Amino acid sequence: MQPNVNVISLVSVGRHPQSGRARRAEQDGRAVELGLKLAGKNLTVVHAGNPQEPVLRQYAGMGLSSLTVLEQAQGCDALPALVSFLTENSVNIVLTGVRSENGESSGMLPYLLADQLNWPLVPRVADIVSVSAESAEVLLALPRGQRRSVIVTLPFIASVDNAAQEARQTAFGPGLRADFHVLAMDTVVDEAAHQWKITAAKPRPKRLKVVKAKTAADRMKAATAKPVGSGGKIMKNETPEEKAKAIFDLLLEEKVVR
Amino acid sequence: MSDFSSTARSLNNGVRRDPRNEWIARNRLHPLHDSVMSARQGEVRGPSGLLRKNPHIIGFIGPNGIKRIDRANLSSTELNSKKRTSEAQETLLPLHIVENPDGYIMVVADMVGGRLTRHDKDILGLAHQLATEKAAVAVVLVCFGENKETQFDLAGVDRLIHLAGQEFNGFAPEARLAALEQIETQFYPDYWLFPDSVNGGADLASRLAARLGERPATQAWQVNGTQTICRGASSSVDISRATPRILMLLEECADAIDRTRHQVLPLALDVNVNTKQRLFDQGQIAVDSNAVPLAEAEFILSAGNGIHNWDQFHAAAAALGATEGASRVAVDDGFMPRSRQVGASGTWVTARVYVAVGISGAIQHMQGIGQCDKVVAINTDAGCDMVKRADLAVIADSEEILAELTRLAQQHASLASLEEKSDAA
Repeated sequence: MQPNVNVISLVSVGRHPQSGRARRAEQDGRAVELGLKLAGKNLTVVHAGNPQEPVLRQYAGMGLSSLTVLEQAQGCDALPALVSFLTENSVNIVLTGVRSENGESSGMLPYLLADQLNWPLVPRVADIVSVSAESAEVLLALPRGQRRSVIVTLPFIASVDNAAQEARQTAFGPGLRADFHVLAMDTVVDEAAHQWKITAAKPRPKRLKVVKAKTAADRMKAATAKPVGSGGKIMKNETPEEKAKAIFDLLLEEKVVR
Repeated sequence: MSDFSSTARSLNNGVRRDPRNEWIARNRLHPLHDSVMSARQGEVRGPSGLLRKNPHIIGFIGPNGIKRIDRANLSSTELNSKKRTSEAQETLLPLHIVENPDGYIMVVADMVGGRLTRHDKDILGLAHQLATEKAAVAVVLVCFGENKETQFDLAGVDRLIHLAGQEFNGFAPEARLAALEQIETQFYPDYWLFPDSVNGGADLASRLAARLGERPATQAWQVNGTQTICRGASSSVDISRATPRILMLLEECADAIDRTRHQVLPLALDVNVNTKQRLFDQGQIAVDSNAVPLAEAEFILSAGNGIHNWDQFHAAAAALGATEGASRVAVDDGFMPRSRQVGASGTWVTARVYVAVGISGAIQHMQGIGQCDKVVAINTDAGCDMVKRADLAVIADSEEILAELTRLAQQHASLASLEEKSDAA
């Protein structure tokens, strides 16, 4: 779109929700897809971690000629390495997923990057509509399928939502042939995370429906009665215009009609 | 001998039977029967001096001539209106008072549509659990933008910081973050609690945590003063860790407050938000409402057996920008696809506003709309269940109301576009 805009997509190793095997992460794949749409061949894809990880070939198989890996051992903090990489290279747009599928998956990485670099951050992006020299128009994915248009100054960080364009299929052969630029970095071990106790997820207890009725008849009524609203307004003898106006006013008040 | 002595004692005690009264009491056709029975209402002694209860006095004769016993006290509750009973309950709840708090727990609510969500109420409940572990801690609700909530006191809000300025409306994370930083410096709260939600809670919490340099607990679901259990690695592991100051909490992390009333005193905050703005909100944009999945649609116009003009219904839904739903009858009759069916065998919807046109409200359908906030019913039958459930019910033929609604929506849209043009010019 804009050849002079430098776009970086940050990728991580995902986790398949059923099998638990390593895979191309859902949102990171979308971040690469969005980056390819913006920058085409000039997209830089960066991973902080183990360069031998076979999943990285799945990202490379999306049509990338090369991939940059900031080499780190397991259990290290990716933030300092990424901050130093982003400050050394002139970058305009950084795309990440919202939450990683492995580890703490706090979703804090884009926020910490934005805070350390003092860049603006747009959360949960569905699409980047246009990019100019100073600013970009971004579509945010709101809950319930809604979209919000936001203009953000360059450079910025965007986390890519699941509502963005789905990642393209990966090709195995081109993925194997892609070059990996491995950069050695100063690593910082995440000390705080070593204090944590990590166990397999316990199923959360279902909330019990507690009926606070005093008598048996009240309990019976609570178990069997049809849901009844708390005494709504009933319009019977007004004209159709007044009735429709009342409904429309309610829709305006609830802001579902804009 | 013993037989003799017992009769002698009963004679001495002086309990005397009145055979005539007993005879009248047995004979319901006797003209004096009612007066004798009412005279016996109080205390009735049996022949041996024991207190007797007459089980036949309880109850009343129902309309069909069958004796009814009103154990649930339904007749007296029907006499009082529902509002009065709820008021009575409110006054019964004890008031939880926090005077001169030493510490604060900040709860930053999503307030979707200007009201506390269920998620927000759960977090207020958790805040009170954390507050009981220390002495004199007030739970403060921080909310932005418009506020339609009327029951802050019942949700457990001791103090309220309501930032209603224009700069906080819509997508304004920078201004909101600046206000939260102000709160941090002014009050230094013990905990910051946020909903870990897509409605902006997680975003604001992450911004604050990054700015304050604190490591937050995300997706937390079990929290006490010392330990927090969070979900991690796409909800496949539990992480137990020490409780940090900033927490993002999952839904149902605690029970909402329901036994106490709270003070809802406003807290003064000197706000001066002068941040350099780098994010400019251009407003929400129109999306194809029928492309939104029915389960998560915000505004549903739903059709039932009372619709005869289907073209008009589709036109009305398009004009209002509503997602279309249908009752089972409309789907079975082939007017709407199965994917549009609302109810137990179709989709359980979560819409904020649900407009039911010509749907009388079978129990399966009512289950499907259980989570909707506002229900509007358009129906010709004033006695149907949907009208009882609805917040606004209109008793009229659907066709003329839909025609009028379509006209109003088009008028509103044309006015809005005119305003936009004048703004641009």
